[in-house]
Amino acid sequence: MNRDRILLAHGGGGSLTRELITRMFLPRFENPVLQPLDDSAVLVMDGTGYAFTTDSYVVKPCFFPGGDIGKLAVCGTINDLAMQGAQPLWLSLGFILEEGLLLADLQKIVQSIGETARATGTEIVTGDTKVVERGKCEGLYINTAGIGKVVAPNRWGAASVRPGDVVLLNGTLGDHGIAVLSQREGIGFSTSVVSDCAPLWPLVKTIVETGAEIHAMRDLTRGGLAAAACDIAEAAGAGISLEEAALPVGREVRGACDLLGLDPLTIANEGKCLVFCPEEHAARVLAAMKTHPLGKEARLIGRVQPGPKGLALLRTTIGGERILDMPTGEELPRIC
Amino acid sequence: MKTLVHVIAELAGQMKRDVRFMEVCGTHTMVAFRTGLVQLLPPNVKLISGPGCPVCVTDTNYIDAAIDLCRRPGVVVATFGDLLRVPGSESSLERERAAGAQVRIVYSPMDAVLLAQQSPGRHVVFLGVGFETTAPTVAWSIQAAHRDGLNNFSVLCAHKTMPGAMEALLKDHAVRIDGFLCPGHVSVITGAAMYRFICDRYRIPCVVTGFEAWDILKGIALLLRQRLDCRAEVEVEYSRSVTEQGNTAAQRLLHEVFEPCDASWRGLGTIPQSGLAIRPKYAHFDTARTFGIQFNQADVAPGCLCGDVLRGVLTPPECRLFGRACSPAHPVGPCMVSSEGACAAWYKYEKRAAA
Repeated sequence: MNRDRILLAHGGGGSLTRELITRMFLPRFENPVLQPLDDSAVLVMDGTGYAFTTDSYVVKPCFFPGGDIGKLAVCGTINDLAMQGAQPLWLSLGFILEEGLLLADLQKIVQSIGETARATGTEIVTGDTKVVERGKCEGLYINTAGIGKVVAPNRWGAASVRPGDVVLLNGTLGDHGIAVLSQREGIGFSTSVVSDCAPLWPLVKTIVETGAEIHAMRDLTRGGLAAAACDIAEAAGAGISLEEAALPVGREVRGACDLLGLDPLTIANEGKCLVFCPEEHAARVLAAMKTHPLGKEARLIGRVQPGPKGLALLRTTIGGERILDMPTGEELPRIC
Repeated sequence: MKTLVHVIAELAGQMKRDVRFMEVCGTHTMVAFRTGLVQLLPPNVKLISGPGCPVCVTDTNYIDAAIDLCRRPGVVVATFGDLLRVPGSESSLERERAAGAQVRIVYSPMDAVLLAQQSPGRHVVFLGVGFETTAPTVAWSIQAAHRDGLNNFSVLCAHKTMPGAMEALLKDHAVRIDGFLCPGHVSVITGAAMYRFICDRYRIPCVVTGFEAWDILKGIALLLRQRLDCRAEVEVEYSRSVTEQGNTAAQRLLHEVFEPCDASWRGLGTIPQSGLAIRPKYAHFDTARTFGIQFNQADVAPGCLCGDVLRGVLTPPECRLFGRACSPAHPVGPCMVSSEGACAAWYKYEKRAAA
């Protein structure tokens, strides 16, 4: 069967995305900074580490409960920097606007970009604007880049995760994905689920300030908890065992997932992260997380163990154990 | 839950032989793997997956016909999401969409009717696949289109009904089945009485089961109990939703729009009176008739053993393609595509066992 075209599933953050990156991009750009495929690149200049990242936002619809594409763009970029232990400082924004976009809508989006940036002490320092013909994009797309200064005392990254580490999570799963999905045309159900879209840097700062040893952090975006856990297990060459009973999923998110045949562990989040740290530091980190509004529901959800290497496992609530698999791509609601 | 596992272990101990229970519903398959309950069963109690995943039992020639349609100018194919990635003989709807075909995912057949109303210059074909659970909503959409006098909406109909397939498996003798975990959702519509002939004619116990882990465990315990007592009855574990007679309004709707027909099942072949065809009164909503669609004989992908998996003859890792040439990212057969397919469930949750 032909594999000659890009499919929507290549953008789902799952195994097809990974395949595209490792087969198409990595071999052609190979260098040690890119290689770890962490949330942002860490560049060392004059002895100081800087995190550098880029991201693009094509969310449909542009406005959803709990946020809009502008807030999402700032939060997503800030979060990629924060996950390397970096304080976000400067952002760039590239707008691709569709002919006919309402200026009032653009204003709302730009307003929320400004507010989110100010609230986190970041500045938009450069930008670009292009307009494409009607129908060539859905309202607007935003591309960003971000630079942050690494303040964590050691290098964070998936490769630093090791057996004996515990896995901490700051709150409920799946809210962003379901909030956005519920707004899509044709979905025909309403929920009061609100996107968890939030800048994680303030929470990360609180964690850094404890002085506890952190090995890695990972924000849970496309592909959800499952994709993040699989990624880290593979990069660390270790096994990750998570406790299903410890995973917080809101009632409405669970209901929507049951209805649509989706798994809340593979649904996107925009304000949730995993923290990997040695067990003896966990209590301190958890206590600090709980002092912050974004970490009120922080909890220990699992452990890193020597094996099976590269696999994430889930201990189910009824006492079974199963693989937590990398989602494939596009989430497809099922027949019945 | 622990008590149920304990009860099952005790009953299984009294059995003194292996028993094989077939779950005839894709959702049961998925729940069994997702919750890890298969590992809690005693070694002599085996769950085997049957032809309960609507996508999986759909023949390749149907997918080929859908692909042929979406390539035609002016045609929009509207489908539930899980048919998108199913491979036909040489392409899939997902690939056709990437190549520019109009393929839309809808969440209900009524969305397809709405799409037709909004697209007067184009013809919307809804892919009508699924069991008694889905078929009433499709019947409803056909009636709605009829009332509105829509002339740009039709259904490529391949709906199937469950009892015929269960009987075919029992006649097949390729696999020994000691009891059926009957599909809860289907039974909400059809009623539990539908399975009585299986008990009477074939002396096989049936338990209509719900979709929580404890539902399935309880269903297994009830089947074991029946086996030990040498009974073969229809019991309803899922009594919070299923009645003896089912949803008669939905049944009337089905009868009004559809009539029984012979249907071709992947892996099982043609089973008499196991499908639903659109009645002549609604013929102009029947894509196959209005477009003159021929369901050509389609070749199964070389090496693909989905058919044997669907009959419970093989477990997915016994297929040579499993996990190698065939994976959820690059599926060869439909059982690897659908979220309810046995191969997908096995791959997603148990691939260690295969490695």
